[in-house]
Amino acid sequence: MPRIPIGATIEAFIDFLVSNFSFLTIAFTRVMEKVISFLEAGLLFLPPWLFIVIAAGLAFWLTKKRGIALFTLFGLLLIWNMGLWVATVSTITLVLIATLTALCIGVPIGIIAALNTGINKVVQPILDVMQTMPAFVYLIPAIPFFGLGKVAAIFATVIFSMPPAIRLTCLGIQQVPRELVECADAFGSNKWQKLFKLQLPLATPTIMAGVNQTVMLALSMVVIAAMIGARGLGGEVWRAIQRLQMGSGFEAGLGIVVVAIILDRVLQQVGTKKR
Amino acid sequence: MSEIPSEPKIRIENLTKIFGAQSKDALKLLQSGASKDEILEKTGCGVGVANANFTVDSGEIVVVMGLSGSGKSTLVRCINRLIEPTAGKVFIDNQDITALSMNELRRVRLTKLGMVFQNFALFPHRTVCQNTEYGLEIQKVDPAKRREKAVTALEQVGLKGWEDYYPHNLSGGMQQRVGLARALALDPDILLMDEAFSALDPLIRSDMQDELISLQESMRKTILFISHDLDEALKIGDRIVLMKDGAVVQTGTAEQILTNPANEYVERFVENVDITKVLTAESVMIKPKAVVFLSAHGPKSALRFMQKQGLSQIFVHDEKHKVIGYVTADMASDAVKRGETELHHIMQTEFVSVSPDTPAADLIPIMANLPYPLPVVGPNGKLRGVIIRGSLLAALAERGRNNNA
Repeated sequence: MPRIPIGATIEAFIDFLVSNFSFLTIAFTRVMEKVISFLEAGLLFLPPWLFIVIAAGLAFWLTKKRGIALFTLFGLLLIWNMGLWVATVSTITLVLIATLTALCIGVPIGIIAALNTGINKVVQPILDVMQTMPAFVYLIPAIPFFGLGKVAAIFATVIFSMPPAIRLTCLGIQQVPRELVECADAFGSNKWQKLFKLQLPLATPTIMAGVNQTVMLALSMVVIAAMIGARGLGGEVWRAIQRLQMGSGFEAGLGIVVVAIILDRVLQQVGTKKR
Repeated sequence: MSEIPSEPKIRIENLTKIFGAQSKDALKLLQSGASKDEILEKTGCGVGVANANFTVDSGEIVVVMGLSGSGKSTLVRCINRLIEPTAGKVFIDNQDITALSMNELRRVRLTKLGMVFQNFALFPHRTVCQNTEYGLEIQKVDPAKRREKAVTALEQVGLKGWEDYYPHNLSGGMQQRVGLARALALDPDILLMDEAFSALDPLIRSDMQDELISLQESMRKTILFISHDLDEALKIGDRIVLMKDGAVVQTGTAEQILTNPANEYVERFVENVDITKVLTAESVMIKPKAVVFLSAHGPKSALRFMQKQGLSQIFVHDEKHKVIGYVTADMASDAVKRGETELHHIMQTEFVSVSPDTPAADLIPIMANLPYPLPVVGPNGKLRGVIIRGSLLAALAERGRNNNA
């Protein structure tokens, strides 16, 4: 029985894209690299202690919980103390850009999928593939398009972290009670009025849960993406693995855990802060 | 409102809704007279509404009534096309709603059709006032003006001072008042009320019914009210449309449906109604066999009337035909023996009377302690009839027999 050439076809397709369009993606990479290093430089421009105080203050302002603010303060101080400050800022920058991109693409797709059953039927299986495909696989095509480095890492991270944003946006809108949607219709609302005055406000807690998931996935992917040169905390872990340095690997891992807990707690509070 | 009285506000013609993929085949079957079950078996389609025809006049409350699954909620949603009808037409002010484009339909929904929902359907993220304003906001009315209108509507339903609370702060009855205010704020001609009070406790429900009736006295809206509760239908409906399996079984006033059920289904439906709540004094009273006039008759003629008709008591009228008292046979014969000639010397002027619209249920305790017939007196003081225990029981028994036939 002849072998079905799935792998060969995909490879041919990617090759075709690379040879015809990679000049665009490479140009994009150059621009993005500038943006990323500008952002990183901006965040590093602040002395760490000031950054840490501002972050703790922001955490308190967003959550109104003293515990979360204190954890932010001491967690970040610990990272600074372990000498991982630059790597952490780099990781946060990557997570920030990847998450914002994933949300900017994912939330609108989620809205469209919720309102259109035809599109939903197409989107769902794609999401299944995106979520079950091993994360490392995304790294391979990222390299020819974006070269080794942070942009390729962001590309892989966006793809990996987008599904929950789409799924939970879609779910949140579909969960708006039918009677309320009927009511909005009965009072003569058009599609946009219905979306912005009813569906999105009611879906916000669910969408925020999706945002939280996206951030967490982005953070975990940023570590994996260290393999293609993302550096940051992931890079520290990766180097520790290669050199079998258990201590510094654990320290870098601890840094990731601290960042993850801060982001998770703050976003959860923002998501559930409802009347 | 200056409408031509002969023109109904809402006219529903052969309205049909079939759910399912093969609705065209199902429609053909339905038109050839197949039953709901046959259609489901042959095509897999559910019949929601089947060839419904009825009208609602301006300022009238029509209650569409039926058990769950009878298609009444589907019917009301076909009127504002929350559900697209499969066939048939809906006219509002002679305008065919089923032919409107989506934009035209939105205008009609905004300006003519207010809707109140069974589970209130209040937006949980908006305050009471913002909920009430919703329709105005959609119409892009300016914020100060819509707040003013919303506050007026809330006042109308007795929720003044609750504007800035959220729906979850309110009890069920109050939430539905907000639902009603939200519909009223738009000042629509027509209110569609889908089981509006069904989710409320019996006591609150009864209060809301009373309130709707009194609001309606000042508003004169055209109201289409959906209900599965016959007592509610009898209480608030000027007319009742009874549905079964998507079809209209009978249309008529409460009395017409109770006393003259169109078929066995309606009979079974109404058999549990407490007839004493629907029947009024007027419908169980009988004509007095004889009366005497103060100016024309004395004790002797009164006694003769009573003996002739076999009465133990007779009511006395003044020259304007108003009841002013009564005389018993004993009193009259004593007076005759004494040689008394004037009725007003012996007449009893203290007596219990009821108005013609007193429910039969209220008559029973009054009758229990009354040795004489109960006079039914109209607002002008004239004797409309009398109720004797026998006539009351006979009337109740007869309606009962009708129901069980």
